[in-house]
Amino acid sequence: MVNIPSTIRLSFRALRVNKMRSMLTMLGIIIGVGAVIAMLAVGTGARRRIADQISSMGSNLIMVLSGASTSGGRRLGAGTQPTLSLTDSEAILKEATSVQDVAPSLSGVGQIVFGNQNWSTGVTGTTPSILDVRDWRLSSGRTFNADDVKGANKVCLVGQTVVDNLFGDIDPVGQIIRINKIPFAIVGVLEAKGQSPNGQDQDDTIIVPVTTAQKKLFGTAFPGMIRLIMVKAGSIEDLARAEREITDILRQRHRLGPGQDNDFTVRNLTQMLQATEQSTKVMTLLLGAIASVSLVVGGIGIMNIMLVSVTERTREIGIRMAVGAKTWDIRLQFLIEALLLSLIGGVIGILAGITVSKVLSSIAGWSIIVSASSILLSFGFSGMVGIFFGYYPAYKASLLDPIDALRYE
Amino acid sequence: MTLLEARNISKTYAFGEAEVRALCPTSLKIEAGEFIAIMGPSGSGKSTLMNILGCLDKPTAGEYLLGGVDVSSLSRDECAEIRNKRIGFVFQGFNLLPRTSALENVELPLLYDGISAVERKDKALAALRKVGLEGREQHHSNQMSGGQQQRVAIARALVNNAPIILADEPTGNLDTKTSAEIMDLFVKLNTESGITVILVTHEPDIAAYSRRVIRFLDGCIVSDEVTKISKDKQAGQRQAAHSFSTDP
Ligand SMILES: Nc1ncnc2c1ncn2[C@@H]1O[C@H](COP(=O)(O)OP(=O)(O)OP(=O)(O)O)[C@@H](O)[C@H]1O
Ligand SMILES: [Mg+2]
Repeated sequence: MVNIPSTIRLSFRALRVNKMRSMLTMLGIIIGVGAVIAMLAVGTGARRRIADQISSMGSNLIMVLSGASTSGGRRLGAGTQPTLSLTDSEAILKEATSVQDVAPSLSGVGQIVFGNQNWSTGVTGTTPSILDVRDWRLSSGRTFNADDVKGANKVCLVGQTVVDNLFGDIDPVGQIIRINKIPFAIVGVLEAKGQSPNGQDQDDTIIVPVTTAQKKLFGTAFPGMIRLIMVKAGSIEDLARAEREITDILRQRHRLGPGQDNDFTVRNLTQMLQATEQSTKVMTLLLGAIASVSLVVGGIGIMNIMLVSVTERTREIGIRMAVGAKTWDIRLQFLIEALLLSLIGGVIGILAGITVSKVLSSIAGWSIIVSASSILLSFGFSGMVGIFFGYYPAYKASLLDPIDALRYE
Repeated sequence: MTLLEARNISKTYAFGEAEVRALCPTSLKIEAGEFIAIMGPSGSGKSTLMNILGCLDKPTAGEYLLGGVDVSSLSRDECAEIRNKRIGFVFQGFNLLPRTSALENVELPLLYDGISAVERKDKALAALRKVGLEGREQHHSNQMSGGQQQRVAIARALVNNAPIILADEPTGNLDTKTSAEIMDLFVKLNTESGITVILVTHEPDIAAYSRRVIRFLDGCIVSDEVTKISKDKQAGQRQAAHSFSTDP
């Protein structure tokens, strides 16, 4: 029967005797484990960020922009030619079975004045269903309603950034602001949403009824038309079908023949973001693989040092065998030594990895998540490296001939 | 009672085509409680025989019985167990673990016998007392004289109550005075505790402590004579208390 606690104490002492060497040997594992932890943290952080952005955009969102992206081989900016109308938007909601809600939108830049403050921001004319389509809520006040849209009333909802910049401590609900010199009554404040996937501040916005935007604000460029329709599909599985239905409906409504290009552009944001997420996943895997390689290199370092150690301590092994150490007494002694090297290296590596992640996250200003599973994974992995690379030297030590070992100088 | 019995054991080493005969076919019987000196010129096979007797090595041919059991057929680990429980080695170069206290060196055989830490310490302290080293338990081997180191080695050989001590030139690295002290210790262990002592030496002065001298030349025993008989009877009475059972 092998005496494990004594063996562990023995191994600790052996490692202490060669402190410098033990530290250098551990370095490989420290770097490997630290890299694994940091890579996984960055990867998890990036994925979390994208997931947050996807949900901040509104789930299962499809954008329909007026104007073709290409026309007769000529590239045109989508959303530059007025081809979509409010009735297109209503038709999509009515006819496409996989569509849950639509929000037509006509937007532009507005110069906002409140008292002696002024601010320039994006103004979007849309219907109250924008809140449903974009998964948006109000933090105070109320939304405008169908009557406001019908009557092209001068009411608006303001985003948090606008509130912060114009109102300070004043409650904005009920206040009058001027958008491009036209007075609007604020009826509600939008809940803060943060950044969009392409880095825009989604809270730097004002929402007005689409009809008001058409008639009072941005009507000249798009007379009677809208720039885009935001569509919310029933579920993520419905996205592809919804895209097909929207295309069919609009082609029919715009009377496009079989040979003609679309005069609108359909973009599926969720799918786009999922592709981004997929690529960060691949990236994380790749970086993780590189980190694992350094862990393996660390393991080879352990094997190397353990082989040296076995040779140096041949006489000690002979003495132990002479007084009765069995095969597994010797084998475990060296195996535990290798395991301790890799596990201590692993623990230091985990701490180093967490520190590096913290530093990275404060530099990148970007949330980096060190998960418990990544810590367990790297701890387990470093233990496995220790056993795998420590076994051969330990095996070699345990099979030494006692007489040869005792004679070794 | 026959403690060790070698029947025609021999050892040869192969050097490519050539063979080196380290030990001729040798037969030998050793009774419990004997004190034997093995002498002979360098390279005559003394250490080879000691290693076989101590289960560190196996003969190329022949049978070797230890307490009635044929050791040549035992596995590596079974031999390790025999070394642990029945044989205490004392070497010319002391062979203590470096950077390790006397106490821990003496505890070593007990560690491999699965004995608890408390009991290990008690037994090791008792063994160190027996060799006259109380107060030096915490000294490391590099803080001790050759004579003291050899005493530690003897304590290590004693600690697990092994009935046999095999000492290969135990005084080879010591001066005359220290050698005499070590030999007195062996005599004491032999006469007072009935431990069978087999030692290799080049010096007639050292061999004079023994009661039986076996001489080697070129791998063969050339003489085997009892040199003292006076204490045999006394020792014989004490043997009984230290004989061990024959099953491994
Ligand atoms: N591992 C080995 N391989 C080959 N030959 C060996 C080996 N070990 C011992 N021998 C040979 O066996 C013979 C006996 O060696 P042994 O060590 O038993 O001599 P010894 O009587 O103990 O000598 P010394 O008094 O110098 O210690 C020698 O000729 C030696 O060269
Ligand atoms: Mg010799």
